[in-house]
Amino acid sequence: MTMAARPVLEVTGIHKQFPGVKALADAGLRLYPGEVHTLMGQNGAGKSTLIKVLTGVYQPDSGSIRLEGRAIQPRSTQEAQALGISTVYQEVNLCPNLSVAENIFIGRYPRRFGMVDWRAMRRQAGELLKRLQIEVDVAKPLAEYPLAIQQMVAIARALNTDARVLILDEPTSSLDEAEVQTLFGVLRRLRAEGMAILFVTHFLDQTYAISDRITVMRNGEREGEYTCAELSRLALVNKMIGAAVDTAPADAQEAGTQEHANSIQERGEVFLKAEGIARKGVLQPVDLELHRGELLGLAGLLGSGRTETARLLFGADKADDGAIEVEGRRVKLANPRDAIAQGIGYCSEDRKHEGAILPLSVRENLILALQARQGIWRAIPLKRQQQLATDYVKWLGIKTASIETPIGSLSGGNQQKVLLARWLATDPGLLILDEPTRGIDVRAKQEIMDYVSNLCRKGMSILFISSELPEVLRVSDRMVVMRDRKACGEYRRGELDESSVLGVIAGEAAGESA
Amino acid sequence: MNTRVDPTLTKPAQAAGSLRTVLLQHPLLRPSAALLVLLLFDAFLVPGFFRLEIKDGHLYGALVDILNRAAPLMLAALGMTLVIATRGIDISVGAVVALSGTVAAMLIGGTMVMNNGAPEYVANTPMGTALAAAIGVALLCGLWNGVLVAGIKLQPIVATLILMVAGRGLAQLLTDGQIVTVYYQPYFFLGSGYLFGLPFSLYVVAAVFALTMLLMKKTALGLFIQAVGINPVAARLAGLRTATLLIFVYVFCSACAGMAGLLVTSNIKSADANNAGLLLELDAILAVTLGGTSLAGGKFSLVGSMIGALIIQTLTYTIYSLGVPPEVNMVVKAVVVFIVCMSQSSEFRQLTHKISKRRPA
Repeated sequence: MTMAARPVLEVTGIHKQFPGVKALADAGLRLYPGEVHTLMGQNGAGKSTLIKVLTGVYQPDSGSIRLEGRAIQPRSTQEAQALGISTVYQEVNLCPNLSVAENIFIGRYPRRFGMVDWRAMRRQAGELLKRLQIEVDVAKPLAEYPLAIQQMVAIARALNTDARVLILDEPTSSLDEAEVQTLFGVLRRLRAEGMAILFVTHFLDQTYAISDRITVMRNGEREGEYTCAELSRLALVNKMIGAAVDTAPADAQEAGTQEHANSIQERGEVFLKAEGIARKGVLQPVDLELHRGELLGLAGLLGSGRTETARLLFGADKADDGAIEVEGRRVKLANPRDAIAQGIGYCSEDRKHEGAILPLSVRENLILALQARQGIWRAIPLKRQQQLATDYVKWLGIKTASIETPIGSLSGGNQQKVLLARWLATDPGLLILDEPTRGIDVRAKQEIMDYVSNLCRKGMSILFISSELPEVLRVSDRMVVMRDRKACGEYRRGELDESSVLGVIAGEAAGESA
Repeated sequence: MNTRVDPTLTKPAQAAGSLRTVLLQHPLLRPSAALLVLLLFDAFLVPGFFRLEIKDGHLYGALVDILNRAAPLMLAALGMTLVIATRGIDISVGAVVALSGTVAAMLIGGTMVMNNGAPEYVANTPMGTALAAAIGVALLCGLWNGVLVAGIKLQPIVATLILMVAGRGLAQLLTDGQIVTVYYQPYFFLGSGYLFGLPFSLYVVAAVFALTMLLMKKTALGLFIQAVGINPVAARLAGLRTATLLIFVYVFCSACAGMAGLLVTSNIKSADANNAGLLLELDAILAVTLGGTSLAGGKFSLVGSMIGALIIQTLTYTIYSLGVPPEVNMVVKAVVVFIVCMSQSSEFRQLTHKISKRRPA
């Protein structure tokens, strides 16, 4: 890392007050050219607000932002971008129906004689993507490409302007391992070119893999600024949470000591048995067996068939082959209703689009599945709804102003807890959790995993899907590894460590292709 | 639906202090205010506008007249509210009005017979059967719309466009393009009769409104409709029968339109396939919007839609009382609707707020 004498971006003493909430109190940040700087903190620590201040979405109440020594006050994202601060947001903000090239150049189409120069646009778009080592047909609509490619397009769009500061707000949350590596390759190249990169993530591994320095935020304040080398993972988690964590570090390397209480527990009877369930073009035949009180982990890369398996088990998609038995009885799962009737619940990986109904209240979101199972006519009395909601809010420690607050105004982790409660209220025999901890903060992650383990001990079966391998390894009684849309191995607890699972996931694939 | 603000949930201490804020932020405030302004305007314009008097045991007055004339629109707006709450739209409402009205008028008609030397008209088909047939046709129309939207997954505006065109055509086919006149007296009671001093049509509207409110409050239908309207994917994954729900709201909407058709034909004693319920769907959509329900689906207000329908009818009354030439009354209507819509747009409010703040500086 080449540390220049002067930071390209220096932010000091930022205060930002929202009605009833102090979002930022004396927040600050220094960003040097040619570095990757990670901004870390729990949900609600003020990371997003700080970024929105930098990019002109919010105006700070006080404080200064200096770009190359000059005080700036961006009033809009366009203005920030013109100044040289480009941002890629957590949620991909692109137009799926427009072409890749149009998305990259949206709002600043290259022109020729006053007309849009489509050819130049496509050529330049191709060049930009090549810089990211992505080869796609830039004339095709964006929607035809997977989310990961869309993310790369968003980055290409940010690079298109003459950016001196690139802000990446959780860019990796929807990328698989290989894509993360591609992205990191790009970031390293940009760093070498002298770009100052601010990287926001929840993944500790990625933080240490790519960053030079870390700024930790807590409760809207800058907790401190560290170089990666001087801050251990445990220390980092400590600083984020703001308490000495001796019980529950979220990261695997420190968590090795924390042994699962039910690891030696006897397996219960079979709850669900799937034989050769498959869906054309989506999933090759998969066999699965889930016992009562068992936590079965499903590991694999994005697109390996994990979510696809879950959706077949829940009837969200129809299997066109295979058979499913629940408690020894052959069942037909043509839609989610069928699965729910069999006592299966499913927390989707896409919380915003497939889980939460954002404008509705915590209470309404929470009782929805239970009410759906009871049908339209047997409405749950309001008193009972309030009781249920109050109980779950208390039990899961959901942070909400009231049970009538729209779920959309809760933080990601708390939304996830409400959705978990939605299924727990139906008292399921099998709960499928697809990336239940994605994009939520360290403490909420830990809490959710604790509840899940508890539920298992009480006899519920859990199918747990996560991209965070250490997490899967830590909590699963048994693990199925998926690759290329089929199951390629089943392992008992303790049979594999992280690197050997990675070998199963990726190593063999490399061998086969040789 | 505004049933979600449950008074028991508000802490008493808070309630006292924030009653004013609650009232000011209540979603029905703006539509109610708009209606009130229109009514007050009329009171200035028309002497004795608010006067109600009893003649021959019937309540008479401008207000009763507005309510009575708004009845078909109120029915259509009720059905439309639920459709819009599912993020749909039904532009076949007017056609269904024409079709159901035509069916009823044709089946009832009226033949003159001499009874003890006095001429008397009897129905061609028993009135009960005729009404059931008319509503039955409306239900079929709704089923058609619902299946196109939920089953075939056509976009609602396209799906209902088919019936919008075909329904009126079908009605004309039935009548050979003629206006069907009804002579059978008892049928007139629906649209112009009085019960306990009030127009009978008001009882029809009140009954349908009460039934709908009851469905929303005492069953989970309201919650489910909102869930499907806001996020159909999440709703399906939570175990809702999304397709059945969609079909239900389109059937319900057509049923309301069918009843509106009966009121209309009964009121004018004839069925005109060309003009009955013409553009009623647009007024219904407008009523729903004026009532504060977003076309983006989700939360809805049945009371708001009723107020919206009354705004439209009061406006029509006002335009006639002003003596605006018929050629330009649409323009006047458009201007008022524009103002009411603007007053409900938060963007517009911010804009005016900014401008008014800038001025003194």
